[in-house]
Amino acid sequence: MSAIDLAIVGAGPAGLAAAATAAELGLSVTVFDENTAPGGQIYRGIEAVAGPRARDLAVLGPAYAAGKAVVERFRASKAGYSPATTVWLVQKDRRLGILRDGKASMVEARRVLIATGALERPVPIPGWTLPGVMLAGAAQSLLKASGMVPAGPVVLAGNGPLLWQLAAQFVAAGVNIAALLETGSAYKAALPHLPAVVLAGGYLAKGLGLIASVRKAGVPIRRSVEGLRAVGKGRLQAVEFTAGGRAERIPAELLCLHQGVVANAQLGMAIPLKHEWVEAQRCWRPVLDAWGNSDVEGIAVAGDGAGIGGADAAVHAGRIAGFEAARALGRIDAAARDARAAGDVAAWRRHLRARPFLDALYPPARALRVPADDVMVCRCEEVTAGQVREAVRQGGTGPNQVKSFTRTGMGPCQGRMCGLTISEIIADALGKPVAAVGTYRIRPPIKPLTVGELAALE
Amino acid sequence: MFRRLHEPANAVTIQIDGSPVRAAPGDSVAAALLATGNPVCRQSPASGADRAPFCMIGACFECLMEIDGVPNRQACLVPVREGMQVRRQARPTPVGAVASPADKVAS
Repeated sequence: MSAIDLAIVGAGPAGLAAAATAAELGLSVTVFDENTAPGGQIYRGIEAVAGPRARDLAVLGPAYAAGKAVVERFRASKAGYSPATTVWLVQKDRRLGILRDGKASMVEARRVLIATGALERPVPIPGWTLPGVMLAGAAQSLLKASGMVPAGPVVLAGNGPLLWQLAAQFVAAGVNIAALLETGSAYKAALPHLPAVVLAGGYLAKGLGLIASVRKAGVPIRRSVEGLRAVGKGRLQAVEFTAGGRAERIPAELLCLHQGVVANAQLGMAIPLKHEWVEAQRCWRPVLDAWGNSDVEGIAVAGDGAGIGGADAAVHAGRIAGFEAARALGRIDAAARDARAAGDVAAWRRHLRARPFLDALYPPARALRVPADDVMVCRCEEVTAGQVREAVRQGGTGPNQVKSFTRTGMGPCQGRMCGLTISEIIADALGKPVAAVGTYRIRPPIKPLTVGELAALE
Repeated sequence: MFRRLHEPANAVTIQIDGSPVRAAPGDSVAAALLATGNPVCRQSPASGADRAPFCMIGACFECLMEIDGVPNRQACLVPVREGMQVRRQARPTPVGAVASPADKVAS
């Protein structure tokens, strides 16, 4: 098996930009991605929308259209592309286990870049497993990939930029938005970061524009929403909550939940790369140097998977990682890397200036980080917050012990939907910082493959 | 539960529990399911409660369905193909137990 120079996991903005940059410098590159087309989640479906589905662009908006240039530059490069491919293993020796067309194989690389992007933070509320409840990003994926919008009345609940963006897109598409329920935005806490977000350029105007378009459309908006519940018998029928001390019930066919995005650290944790808890974003991220290198030789991380920075920051981070790969493999020296990357480093830093404002403005609500006893927190194994607290009372000191007590995190999602909540609940119950409590030990394969596929491994 | 902004060109037809469902090339199986009146993809193995696709990006594993005879495929990651046979997954029957009518997925 001959090694490729650079294996990239993920075809979002960071992975695509890194691939194009490294390939332009003469490296042999392959991008492995789970989806059938490039763009990641943020630019999902961009090639179709840039082509035959051009009508949908008016609904999706200009920020989405920016993905076209990123994908085009990747397509124009000599970088290889392996779509519909699952990476279920990355070893410290930079061998990757992949699965494509039901066939598992190993790939050897001289360098690996993990560009697995972001996941939505879990939003555990009573009733969140009912059909008719989904994450806001899920509804947005349907819009991007398939040009689909909710057929009946929809309630959007939570906080964060994506919630407003989705609301604005639904308004443009003529969707019946029954209400937008904001679980709290901390304007006072965000105020000190206002100058920085202004300097980051565009973010504030974009956000205010989205909010204005939703308001102008007359969407009912409730602020400081608490006690959010999805209710219905076998299917969502209504959303219940209190706002300003008043209890309300809004009938709906669909509830879209959102409270920000977090780094998708699953693959890096399985290697494992060293990770740290980021208090401002309340999630884990890999510990990296200025060039994106992890503590494991030859393995780097770029984009939202390295900590949330947004799509524009991810493009620059990807390019920076591409230059660094070329340096590490001897194609260019450090001085050439520094010179070529200087513009991207400056732009990357500028985009990251917007983050402290957004992080402070949209903190995840405490009741959604540390839910009440009756709320199911592990969807796969149906474990409640109360059962997790009981396991702590019985002596459980961390997520791995609570996992063996309760089965939380043992289901098919491997802790992706409950990991953060479990760590937060245990930390809260023990009166310790989340960093001290830790998270699940993630083990490969991080995606399912059958025994037959494993046995036929080449 | 979802509607299309525009009718698809070159629609394909898949079967969900034996009923024909029209889908657009490029749709995932989960998307095609959600464009029908019934978003349920499976019953939870733990309680038997109905579940529907939740994250649509391959992370939550709620959308596990039987696709062309292979169970537990992530329907949000599998693109539709003409003639594809898709089945909602019922709660697995515990070893030694007899399936009750309640273990059947409502469709």
